[in-house]
Amino acid sequence: MIYLTRLEHFNAAHKLYNPGWDKEKNEAVFGKCANENWHGHNYELYVTVKGQPSEETGFLMDVRALSQLIKECVIEKLDHKNLNVDVEFLKGKMCSTENLAKAIWEQLTSKMPAGAILHCIKLYETPRIYVEYFGE
Amino acid sequence: MEKKVSVYRKEHFNAAHRLHNAAWDEETNNRVFGKCNNPNYHGHNYGIAVKVTGVPSPETGFVIDLKLLSNIIHEHILEKFDHKNLNLDVEEFANLNPTAENIVMVIYNILRAQIDKQLDLQVRLYETPRNFTEYPTD
Repeated sequence: MIYLTRLEHFNAAHKLYNPGWDKEKNEAVFGKCANENWHGHNYELYVTVKGQPSEETGFLMDVRALSQLIKECVIEKLDHKNLNVDVEFLKGKMCSTENLAKAIWEQLTSKMPAGAILHCIKLYETPRIYVEYFGE
Repeated sequence: MEKKVSVYRKEHFNAAHRLHNAAWDEETNNRVFGKCNNPNYHGHNYGIAVKVTGVPSPETGFVIDLKLLSNIIHEHILEKFDHKNLNLDVEEFANLNPTAENIVMVIYNILRAQIDKQLDLQVRLYETPRNFTEYPTD
């Protein structure tokens, strides 16, 4: 089995805020991340697929096709956006890095070509904070 | 003349912003600022590198105590910028577009007032790992 990873990036605003709670509780739980006027990040996204290389091409998946898929399904919808307000596939979800990684998985997993299986979404919110999701 | 040395302190903050000129119509704003003009904002992990240049003190060996420099940056910059919306939460940008150019000049001016006039100061601001600005120029 071979694992192939493509790295992409996007910049976005968000806040961590549970609308079912009052402002005081949101600030107690989420601290400065609850700022009502938003804050933002440079997100780095690592998408890993797994499979066997084709005998004809030597490719597990054409990495240009993987890049194009990530751009169309994820980057165009997230880059320079407000995650809480602008993104259809995040509506009603808390915009944590954990939930964002799971939502990105859902955007990509059904669109993998034959022979390539989505293995991992690794998402950096800052250079020091990241999450990984394996679809489990 | 005694030799000068530069010392640097790196810090970071996360903030939202948008690029927008209120005197222009939406079409012009979109043409000039593109997706950076999103009315709902976007954001960055900003990095700053503060460079202080001077002659090391014969008594301490320091140009400036880097712990003191770190404290000044935390108190006067990070408290004001971190997890904020630059357009809405930071008074300096009430009427100033928060481009990387303008942000670095605002940070420099705030820090300049806090650091010994005998020492030279320069600030570099990273908006992304690939886009950064520096002020003043050499």
